[in-house]
Formats: sequence, structure tokens, C-alpha cells
Amino acid sequence: MNLDYHALAPEIIVAVTILVVLSLDLSLPTRLKWVVAVVGVIGLMAATVPVLTLAFGDDVGPRVMLGGTYVVDDFALVFKGVFLAAGYIVLLMSVSYIESDRYYMGEYYVLMLVSILGSVIMASSRDLITLFVGLELVTGPLFLLAGWRKGDSKSNESALKFFILGVLSTAILLYGMSFLYGLTGSVKFDDIRAASGALADNGAFQMAILFTLIGFAFKVSAVPFHAWAPDTYEGAPTPVTAYLSVSSKAAGFVGLLLLTYLAFPQVTDVWGPAMWILAAASMTLGNLVALRQHNIVRMLAYSSIAQGGFILVPFAAAAANNNAILPDAFSATVVYMVIYAFMNLGAFAFVIAATAKTGSGEINSFAGMGSYAPGLGLVGAVFFLSLAGVPPMAGWFAKFVMFQAVLSAQSGWVTALAVIAVLNAVIAFVYYARIAKVMWMDPVAPGAASLVSRPAPVSASLGLAIALSLIFVMVAGVLPQIAAFFGEASKALASGL
Amino acid sequence: MIVSQFLVLASLLFSLGVYGLLVRRNAVTVLLAVELMLAGVNINFIAFESVIRDSLASGQIFTIFVLTIAAAEVGIGLGIVLLIFRNRATGNVDELDLMKW
Repeated sequence: MNLDYHALAPEIIVAVTILVVLSLDLSLPTRLKWVVAVVGVIGLMAATVPVLTLAFGDDVGPRVMLGGTYVVDDFALVFKGVFLAAGYIVLLMSVSYIESDRYYMGEYYVLMLVSILGSVIMASSRDLITLFVGLELVTGPLFLLAGWRKGDSKSNESALKFFILGVLSTAILLYGMSFLYGLTGSVKFDDIRAASGALADNGAFQMAILFTLIGFAFKVSAVPFHAWAPDTYEGAPTPVTAYLSVSSKAAGFVGLLLLTYLAFPQVTDVWGPAMWILAAASMTLGNLVALRQHNIVRMLAYSSIAQGGFILVPFAAAAANNNAILPDAFSATVVYMVIYAFMNLGAFAFVIAATAKTGSGEINSFAGMGSYAPGLGLVGAVFFLSLAGVPPMAGWFAKFVMFQAVLSAQSGWVTALAVIAVLNAVIAFVYYARIAKVMWMDPVAPGAASLVSRPAPVSASLGLAIALSLIFVMVAGVLPQIAAFFGEASKALASGL
Repeated sequence: MIVSQFLVLASLLFSLGVYGLLVRRNAVTVLLAVELMLAGVNINFIAFESVIRDSLASGQIFTIFVLTIAAAEVGIGLGIVLLIFRNRATGNVDELDLMKW
């Protein structure tokens, strides 16, 4: 068997980094433990090099390996790049957070890197087995990371809730996959697509599709499968929450994109209505509940459920009008996902810095931050207004491509969904803007006068994480063709059908 | 080869697992319920493979992966349950109600 080692280089580098981090952690004395984090961060940076050389080097088309079950094409490279960059930013956020905790730090980086490796593998998977193994590699370590603060009952509880619903969704997903295999006779997406046309009216096949979609709906925390998300987000350490809401969610969307566009494009009338319901319910419920949250992390949990709903909207549009806009809907989802990843990471990095400053996760405790920590207040306002979709931050372009794809579908049902999305964008603006208002217009709370003189504890690595997210959000907002490039590059996957 | 009997058995096991997961309150029993669901999935895969007989034996391969990952997941789950039992002296899922919306 001939393996293309250049194409596999990102996975190999991350895997080697995991082993090095693990053995360093065993052998280093306590005072040198910080080296572990540095090695992990460098390993992720090294893994992005082959992603770039594969993307911009000699153009040989998709590199197909292992009998078509593992493919490195532009879609895979876009998401590998996003996963590695997001993992890099999360590790930077983790360094000071984990050091300030009293818990041991070595395994944290090992578990995080394993999860990143899983997401990188998922982006290349083109059959059910690889997709499943990649997905489990992403979520398995996250169960443990959610319960990282071993003495904290909230953290324990969040881990158990995440675990139970996580394995339930895995079992549902696998049950659906077993019927897909049984009815189509293959686990490869290409073969499933070829066989699916004749099975469109088969009840068992439709059930299998819905089961696999429900499995992934849990992973992307779409309403009504979102129950675990707010509790897990609140109880888990904040960098892990950032990872859950960005990379783990993106991995779920990669699975959805691959299944719906690559395996089931012939049976859009089965999954299209389901996606319509998931999108409408996620946007509406996520936003309405986010409105009345007092805790910033819980608010971000519901806001990320709502953002997940916006990302699901193009799926519903793709199914309309005889698949006319399949490639456009595909690229709209990819662009939204990429922009969302960076602005949400930035928002969480801000939350880590701000809660360290005020010592509280309540939104009201941020009152007057603009007056005593103007830099932090400005950064927070930028990320939250970007999430709301205010130009010139990148968020507006994500919503723009989403609406563009939806309106070009020219179907009554999809236009109704667009109306729901517009209303939700307005609701979302209210609670995102409220945070900016609290920071810049409200007076400092009477009891919080000591905060004014307290030195800002933003560490260098957390500052770098904020800066990287900020640069992407600002540049992609002013020059949206940068974000559009990701969508155009990955579009080939959906248009070649 | 009659496949439907195996599918019925698998669906019964799967449903029993879902029921157990939703109804039983003890965290260890919940883990057992998950194992039942995955056993149903494995029977499905093997039954389908015995009919399809594709060249790569994908169904059997898939079953081996499911078994392996299920073992790892139960290990993780037991770790979390032990941790909670150590902190709270309870294995009852209903008593974990620190966070509500």
C-alpha cells in the first residue's frame, strides 16, 4: 500500500507531539513542567506548515488514500487549518489558566492534542468508520477535560452530563450508520451516494439518515438536542468551553457537511425539512434564553446554540429547489463556521481575562470596565459586536453569505426561514450589545472600587490569543474576500456531484 | 440467511438500552444501558455483513472499532462516576442538580 506521507504530515506531526508531550511530562521535574505547554504549542505550529504546503504547493488535485476512505482535498485542508489554528489559540488561552489552577497540568495538553488530532482526521474522512473514529477521538478526551477541576462539584456534574448525552448520541449515530451500511452495502460516502437514489422511498433508509443526523445534532448542540451544552459550558474550565463551542462544534459540522452533501445529496427531501426545524428551533430558543442569562459563560453557551442555528440555515436552503444552490449553501456554511470560530475564541479569551480581573462571571460585574481597563473593554466590545454581525468586524460577512445563499434558493419555505433568521439576528443584537453597554456606559459598581487599582492580569499567552483572534476578525471584516476564499476553495467538494 | 431476526434482536437491545438510560437513576446502571445499545449496534453490523459479504468485511471491521471505543468510553465514564462518588458520596444521577436554566 502506498501512503502519501506529505498529505499525512499534519496528522503525523500532531501524533508525534502527543507522544513527546506525554514522555516529557513523565520525565521533567516539576519546575520545568512549563516546557510541556511550549512543546505542545510548537507542535501545533509545526503541523500547520504541511497544511500550507499542501494547500499552496504543486496542484495535484485531491490526494486519495486507503481505497478512497481518506482524502486530503481543499475542503479537508481548510478545516485542518481551522482546527489547528483554533487548537493553537485554545492552548495559548489554557497556559495561564491551568497554571493558576492547583491541578496537575501535563495530561491537560495530552488530552487537548488528542482531541485536536481527532478533528484533523475527521476533516479527511470519507467513510463511516473513519468519521466515527475521528469523532470519538474528538469527544472522548473532552469528557475528561470537562471534569478537569476534580474537586469542583460543578465541573464533575458538567462532565457526567456531557458524557451521558455524548454516549447516547454516539449510540444513536452508530445505529443509524449500521442501517446505512446494511441498506447500501458499503461504508464509503461515494458508494452510499450511488446507492441512495434507489432507496429514497425506503422507510428504513430514511430512518437511518435521521438517526445519523440526530447523532450529529447532539454534537453541534442543536435544539432540541442541546440540553447538555449550557451546563457543560458553565462547569468546564473556560478554555475547554472555548474549545467545545468552537472546535468540537466545527467537528460536528464537518460530519454533517460530509454526510449531507457527500453521502445524501440525492435524498435532500429527507434531511432538508429536518434541518429546517433544527435551524429554526436552535436560533429561536438559543437567542430567547440567552436574553435572560446573568452569567457570561452561560450566555455564550446559549449564544453559541443560536449561532449553530444560523450555520444550519444553509443546509435547509440547499435542500430546496432541486439542489440548485448546493455548492453555494456549502460554501456559506464553511465561511460562517470559519468566521464564527475566530470571533467566539476571541470572546472566550476576553471572558477569561475579564473574569480574572473582576473575579466574577456575572455580566453586571463588568460594569464600568471601559473606564478602568479600556483596552480589555474595547476588545470585548469588538468580539461581542462581531458576534452580533456589526460591520466592520467579520461577523457581518458570515451573516451576509448565509442570507445570500438562502435568498438565492427562491423557495417559500426557505424564505420563511430567512425571516426567522432576520428576527433572531435582531434579538441577538440586544444581548450582545448589552455587554458592550454594561462595560462602557454603566458606572463602576460601588463595591468594585478596588478593581480600578488592581493590575490587569492578562498574561502574554492570553494576550497573544486575543491578538490573533482580533487580527482575523478585523482583517476578515474589512477584506471579506479572505474569508470567502475558504468557502470558494472547499466548494469543489459539493459541486462535483 | 434470515437477517430480520437479528435485526429484531438488535432493535430490542437498543430500545432496552435507551429505556435504561432514560429511566435508571444509578450512574453505573446508565453505563450498562449504554453497553446494551452498543451491543445492539454490533449485532446489526455483523448481521448485515453476513448477508452483504463485501470484500473488505466492513461490518466486522466496524464492529471491532465500536467494541474498542466502547471499552474506552466506559473507562472514561467509570472514572467520572468514581470522581463524583468521591466528592458527593452519591451515584444517583438525579442528585446532580447544581446547574439549571
